[in-house]
Amino acid sequence: MKSKYSIFSLARNAKNYHKDWEKAWRSPAPKAEYDAVIVGGGGHGLATAYYLAKNHGLTNIAVVEKGWIGGGNTGRNTTIIRSNYLQDSSIAIYELARSLYEGLSQDLNYNMMFSPRGVLMLCQTEHEFRAFKRTAHANRLAGLDCRMVTPAEVKEIVPIINTDPNCRYPILGAYYQPRGGTGRHDAVAWGYARGADELGVDIIQNCEVTGILRDGGRVTGLSTTRGEIKTKKIGVVTAGNVSTIMDMAGVRMPIESLCLQALVSEPIKPVIDCVVMANTVHGYMSQSDKGELVIGGGTDPYNNYSQRGSFTALEHTVTALVETFPIISRLRMLRQWGGIVDMTGDRSPILSKTDIEGLYVNCGWGTGGFKAIPGSGFVFADTMANDRPHKIAEPFGLNRFAEGRLIDESVAAAVAH
Amino acid sequence: MLVVTCPVCNASGDETDFHYGGQAHVRRPATTDPVNITDEDQRDYLFIRHNPKGLHFERWRCDRGCGKWFHAARDTVTMEFKATYGITELPPAELIKEAKGPWADYFKKRLKEKA
Repeated sequence: MKSKYSIFSLARNAKNYHKDWEKAWRSPAPKAEYDAVIVGGGGHGLATAYYLAKNHGLTNIAVVEKGWIGGGNTGRNTTIIRSNYLQDSSIAIYELARSLYEGLSQDLNYNMMFSPRGVLMLCQTEHEFRAFKRTAHANRLAGLDCRMVTPAEVKEIVPIINTDPNCRYPILGAYYQPRGGTGRHDAVAWGYARGADELGVDIIQNCEVTGILRDGGRVTGLSTTRGEIKTKKIGVVTAGNVSTIMDMAGVRMPIESLCLQALVSEPIKPVIDCVVMANTVHGYMSQSDKGELVIGGGTDPYNNYSQRGSFTALEHTVTALVETFPIISRLRMLRQWGGIVDMTGDRSPILSKTDIEGLYVNCGWGTGGFKAIPGSGFVFADTMANDRPHKIAEPFGLNRFAEGRLIDESVAAAVAH
Repeated sequence: MLVVTCPVCNASGDETDFHYGGQAHVRRPATTDPVNITDEDQRDYLFIRHNPKGLHFERWRCDRGCGKWFHAARDTVTMEFKATYGITELPPAELIKEAKGPWADYFKKRLKEKA
């Protein structure tokens, strides 16, 4: 049993100059056999393992990760949490995730710094204004706390914004979700890892999957760089690398891997206390607790596995934000990085069983996976444990592409998620 | 930043002078056999994509040059363009040999059809 994190444990450890903190999770060698194995130690994979153990009593399970946990997109996103999507199926899963985020720090005994500071999505063309109004109506019918706000209110919420009606893309209003916000992305991975580890889950890092072993139409195990692991249930949760893994099982995916970049500025005093998304001009921004402005934009258009994007896409993002927030024009940018996102045709995720018995897949979160981590893990764990889709996961099956039952969020959410 | 050369007009430029057109050699099944296509064929045509880590074959358009579409073989890890070739052509033989996974299966089928 791990000791709980609290103000008292902090004080106790301060006395020893913080030398005696125990490891947050073990680093075990892989066992020969598990009841289930999750491939991919990002937020979604770790959350799946945590809920498998906590809600379904499956504790003889492992998470295998080729690098280190949370080193992929979980540690590379801009940490935005919101649930104001257009379609009912999307609202259900993203709102489940957002509401789980509210109590996650307590549940995991790990401060993931959920900050419901509000998410403001700007309307900068008539078209966008009408599209968001439609989303607002859909969301209110679904019971979400969201509303349209006027340009004057936008200025009140974000004083540094440029509301000049004569600029190229004037602000005509905004769509506001006050309960949305940001979280500490690394802490989400670490918290779920620590929670899962405490329940007996083996988290195996530096262990790359090299093959999926099958006996006819069912899985029997995995071959990895650290030896073979027998198991009857495999959950593939590998985001941008999902096609590579699924090819090993001969399952073709409706996925393309693109590079999405983000950047942060030098730290400055607090200037913005909510998240602003400007979808028409492709840019979004918030301020971290350290004072850096956290900036994201659109993806590069072409397939990419390099985790490095082009300068063109960055320039485009920064140009857009300088017009929206003129005061940032002289800020220097501190760091920039890229992550490989898995895009589906309808920009909605895939949470599905496959034609191979015991093989499950959770992917396609594209540019907006971070906000969904708790909900995704919750319903995917239920899907794997009971070998049937959870009610919320059901619309997100792989079969929707053959049945033409798409969940179209590509128009509804514009570019930025 | 990618540097691309159009095989049609020989114009060279960076990625902003060209337009990305996604996976190459996608064939609409209804064009050849409209009666017998299944939902799965149509799904494969519309949504299923080769998504290799490494050598990939794709369509590009020479936006600010001749305006023609063409094919390119590009590595999705190093970003290197291995070759560009005409929109009706198959890639150079040595690159077909280099192709792996679903691309290798695809070219095997295409070459058999041709023969």
